[in-house]
Amino acid sequence: MSEQNAVPRHEKVDYMTDTRPIAVDETGPGCKKRDPIVVAENISRSFGGINAVDVEYLEIPRHKITALIGPNGAGKTTLFNLLTGFDTPNSGKWQFEGHNIAGVSSYKLARLGMVRTFQLTKVMGKLTVMENMRLGAADQPGERLSKALFKGIWGGREKEITAQANVLLEKFKLDAKKDDYAASLSGGQRKLLEMARSLMVRPKLVMLDEPMAGVNPALTQSLLDHIKNLKSEGMTVLFVEHDMNMVRHIADWVVVMAEGKIVAEGPPADVMKNPAVIDAYLGAHHDVDLGDAEGIKELEAELEADEESIVGTENAGIIAPEIVVSGLDDKDKK
Amino acid sequence: MDFASILSNAFGELISPTTAAYALAALGLAVHFGYSGLLNFGQAGFMAVGAYGFAISTLTFKAPFFLALLIAVVAAAVFALILGIPTLRLRADYLAIVTIAAAEIVRYLVTTNGWTAVTGSANGLAAFEGGFFAMNPFPPGTYPMGMNNRDVFIRVVGWSLVIVAGLLVWLLMRSPWGRVLKGIREDENAVRSLGKNVYAYKMQALIIGGVLGALAGMIFTLPRGAIQPANYGTELTFFLWTCLLLGGMATVLGPVIGAMIFWVVLSLTQGILSGLIESGIITWLSTVQAGQLRFILVGVALMLLMIFRPQGVFGNKKELAFA
Repeated sequence: MSEQNAVPRHEKVDYMTDTRPIAVDETGPGCKKRDPIVVAENISRSFGGINAVDVEYLEIPRHKITALIGPNGAGKTTLFNLLTGFDTPNSGKWQFEGHNIAGVSSYKLARLGMVRTFQLTKVMGKLTVMENMRLGAADQPGERLSKALFKGIWGGREKEITAQANVLLEKFKLDAKKDDYAASLSGGQRKLLEMARSLMVRPKLVMLDEPMAGVNPALTQSLLDHIKNLKSEGMTVLFVEHDMNMVRHIADWVVVMAEGKIVAEGPPADVMKNPAVIDAYLGAHHDVDLGDAEGIKELEAELEADEESIVGTENAGIIAPEIVVSGLDDKDKK
Repeated sequence: MDFASILSNAFGELISPTTAAYALAALGLAVHFGYSGLLNFGQAGFMAVGAYGFAISTLTFKAPFFLALLIAVVAAAVFALILGIPTLRLRADYLAIVTIAAAEIVRYLVTTNGWTAVTGSANGLAAFEGGFFAMNPFPPGTYPMGMNNRDVFIRVVGWSLVIVAGLLVWLLMRSPWGRVLKGIREDENAVRSLGKNVYAYKMQALIIGGVLGALAGMIFTLPRGAIQPANYGTELTFFLWTCLLLGGMATVLGPVIGAMIFWVVLSLTQGILSGLIESGIITWLSTVQAGQLRFILVGVALMLLMIFRPQGVFGNKKELAFA
């Protein structure tokens, strides 16, 4: 397949600071990786004549955080569904850690260590937060009907699971909620619960479908840290996200999809300069942070220079630089 | 109007073997729907499979009691497998359609004239309860409430079975196995994404609930000593659902108490209505009409319950707050 393991597996590597190149040679759509965890070939899925996904070749690097971005309808979630066995492609084959997993059912994939979350959050509403977490744990003998009646068999493992769940809940700031029904959580908290629950499986590859949608900004920062730290625990992360800040902060590698195809791949800084990506997805002024005054001033200056923009002409109205910037100054004085 | 006899009739219903059978079958439905989210509208079919499986193996194959019991239970498990294999991969609604149809198919099959020698057709089967009552440890004589030793025996066996089954279901549902089932009820894709074989769990739940239904079918027919296909129509299934909803869906005590409430209310309304008719207070109803009216009253009671206490008598209000 590809040259796996340029570095022998037993050699101790700190994955947080590992700076060896991810791609084997040139970066570009479908490029080979030094150490891929997932290899997909010729995956296509069409819904009534529309090719939702048509991926020629894709490798996902191990021990890295890979972002999958692209405009709405690009096929990101469909690709997720195909890779995790929740949908069957019309053609194609794909491997996870060298296992051929085409046509393998979703629960077996999860047992292999490939766990996903959903874009539309799925929590068990009428179970408590703690029960949701426990449900994620693997190797609970009490989940077999033949052993379920005897608490002596599964009680010990249950205690371990509960301890593991407590640690995760604390990390995700859900520990105060652990005895509440999951249905009583807010949308953002459900996202957190779903992510924490997927970590209960102790997966090798975590696939997060829009993990930050609906999570408040204060929490986003700590969540980003958690996701980054997953690498140090030896996990690989693949996530779909629209928030470019997040992508830039934590992704080691970015895959861009548009209309079902992979149009670009590479380290985030490079990909975001790629004119094809900017055209397809980011928009011209994507790198301006509108959260602070400097960013807005910068944008205004940029727009003034832009011929297509009305800023800088007499039609600018309330978005004219003088008005916007003076408004910002007023705010600063307060 | 004789209130003492109305009340004693009502109490008789409270502990009658029919009530025990309803409680057991409703407990099976609780395993199906309350805990696993499986919409089984064919519990009467499972009861029929249990009852006929027992009666046919006793009469046609001369099987001893315990072998016949085993055959009935295995037959119900096979019935569950046949229903589950094609439908459990699909959405819950499909199981509902298939079970309601399958229960009717069972009823029509045993009514077919071609098999009269085995199934007794519309007349049903009789005289298969000998093996059971031969084991009766209670000596003949008179017992409280005018019961004989057979009445006492079937009540003791029936309610012991309800208690044992309830205990088993409770133990199962507090285990991690039960947790997976409840997870499936909430969102099976999420459970699947966590590495659980959802299909196998649903099948196990379908079989367990179905076997409880089959045992209920036997408790239902043994005291009668006769079995008729007409008893296993769709209305039986819906009475069982009524019991389940009355008591509370995801509870163990709920379906048992629900069955008791159902039969006590039926008995009380019957007693009071016919009392009123006989004493001439109600002149616009005949006793036959009164018999129908009490089911209307049960329906009204169910509606009131759904409006004012939708979680049932034993259900957890908090669980419904987010439904």
